[in-house]
Amino acid sequence: MIVDKLQQLGQHSIAKIQGMGRATLMLFGALVAWPTPRKSFPLLLKQLYVVGVLSLLIILVSGLFIGMVLALQGYTVLSKFGAEQMLGPLVALSLLRELGPVVTALLFAGRAGSALTAEIGLMKATEQLSGMEMMAVDPLRRIIAPRFWAGVISMPLLALIFTAVGILGGHLVGVDWLGVDGGGYWSAMQANVDFQQDILNGVIKSVVFALIVTWIALHKGFDAVPTSEGISQATTQTVVTSSLAVLGFDFILTAVMFGG
Amino acid sequence: MSDILVDIQHLTFKRGDRVIYDDMSMQFQRGKVTAIMGPSGIGKTTLLRLIGGQLKPEQGKILINGQDIPTLNRKDLYKARQKMGMLFQSGALFSDMSVYDNVAFPIREHTRLPEEIIRLMVLMKLEAVGLRGARDLMPAELSGGMARRAALARAIALDPQLIMYDEPFAGQDPISMGVIVRLIRSLNNALGLTSVVVSHDVNEVMSIADYVYVVAEQKVIGQGTPDELRAHPSALVQQFLQGQSDGPVPFHFKAASYSAELMELAK
Repeated sequence: MIVDKLQQLGQHSIAKIQGMGRATLMLFGALVAWPTPRKSFPLLLKQLYVVGVLSLLIILVSGLFIGMVLALQGYTVLSKFGAEQMLGPLVALSLLRELGPVVTALLFAGRAGSALTAEIGLMKATEQLSGMEMMAVDPLRRIIAPRFWAGVISMPLLALIFTAVGILGGHLVGVDWLGVDGGGYWSAMQANVDFQQDILNGVIKSVVFALIVTWIALHKGFDAVPTSEGISQATTQTVVTSSLAVLGFDFILTAVMFGG
Repeated sequence: MSDILVDIQHLTFKRGDRVIYDDMSMQFQRGKVTAIMGPSGIGKTTLLRLIGGQLKPEQGKILINGQDIPTLNRKDLYKARQKMGMLFQSGALFSDMSVYDNVAFPIREHTRLPEEIIRLMVLMKLEAVGLRGARDLMPAELSGGMARRAALARAIALDPQLIMYDEPFAGQDPISMGVIVRLIRSLNNALGLTSVVVSHDVNEVMSIADYVYVVAEQKVIGQGTPDELRAHPSALVQQFLQGQSDGPVPFHFKAASYSAELMELAK
């Protein structure tokens, strides 16, 4: 009984490690190549549009609402201590350090990550990847690489847009609705937000999340069992695994950046 | 230049513990249509993937123009693949591109020809398969037979030496079946191709093939021209060619004796 459990655990761990190995090989095969800008640039542009621009709406709307909620919640607490003028830094720091990168990554995993997995899984199921290989075109470089770079480039930009819209949302609720002093909102923010400590660290976080989410999404699609059930599983796994990975890495990065 | 384009020598291939091919040899003559037939599930598609270098055999050589495909490095393998075309069972057209762009895809990837020349080449290939008028359609708008023809145009876009057809007749209505049968033969002759057709549609294959291999039980059980095969002494080959439900290949999947099992239940 115990031996069986141990065996299962061992098998499970080996399968996981093999999966990670395959994911690394996939990324290696996709990225380690002589750059061919004439061919790859148009592909990258198309993917930037599909992955980045098409995610813009959900990012804008969520950013606005999260900023508004932050201001509302922050105001009720801060006003108890007569510290309403600190609403600007509260909204800006929460968004820059945490919510911007994390929520963007979670939304990105749900919106773009799942789409990437399903697209690549279906390409595999309909033999498009094999077909490409037989036409002497490497699917890793033609399909995986542009999608990977598009994810890595667009997510930090989306996070910055999310943060900016959130700060404006905070202004809308805090200043325009609840009557916090507008000049105070901006000047306290300016005084308390440090470029390296807050903005740069937030961007670093979001680059790391972009790497994780895009990599997981591409690998799950590429490794999917080429049946309808396999693809649906892979898509679910993309969202679940990358969300958990983002939250886990967020803790580690926060501890390293702001813990000491 | 030798008469043989593809020479498979003593090929052994396993999938897990299951042996798919055991010390199998075959040769495909240049300029001929060679067919590989056999019951489903014996790994006919696997054989095409082995020839294309997508799978590696346990043992044996797969020589194309004297180059041993499994031992090639990535660069040489990709170069060798440029001289091959493969028609997948599903067609494998890229669903985000029109028929025209699908056919232009390999040309754009491997050459730096100006767009006017590419246009000429694409229209020529589409004309050959009778789909010049369908160039602006998307793959989802094509019928199964048309998708296969469009994929065929793409497979011959770069004038390969060798073209491999994976079950080209499966699931086709009689008319598209006739069209594809005619296309395989006429393209082979007109373009000087070497064709390999993997199929289990006996009549169609026998009507176009110059040479036929019948594969079963991990090896070649019969080979020859269609006429030679019809007179083949092996009971297994005859069962396959005539489509008898029982014979050396049993109707029943391996199982314990039926009466013994019923007795067991009665207890």
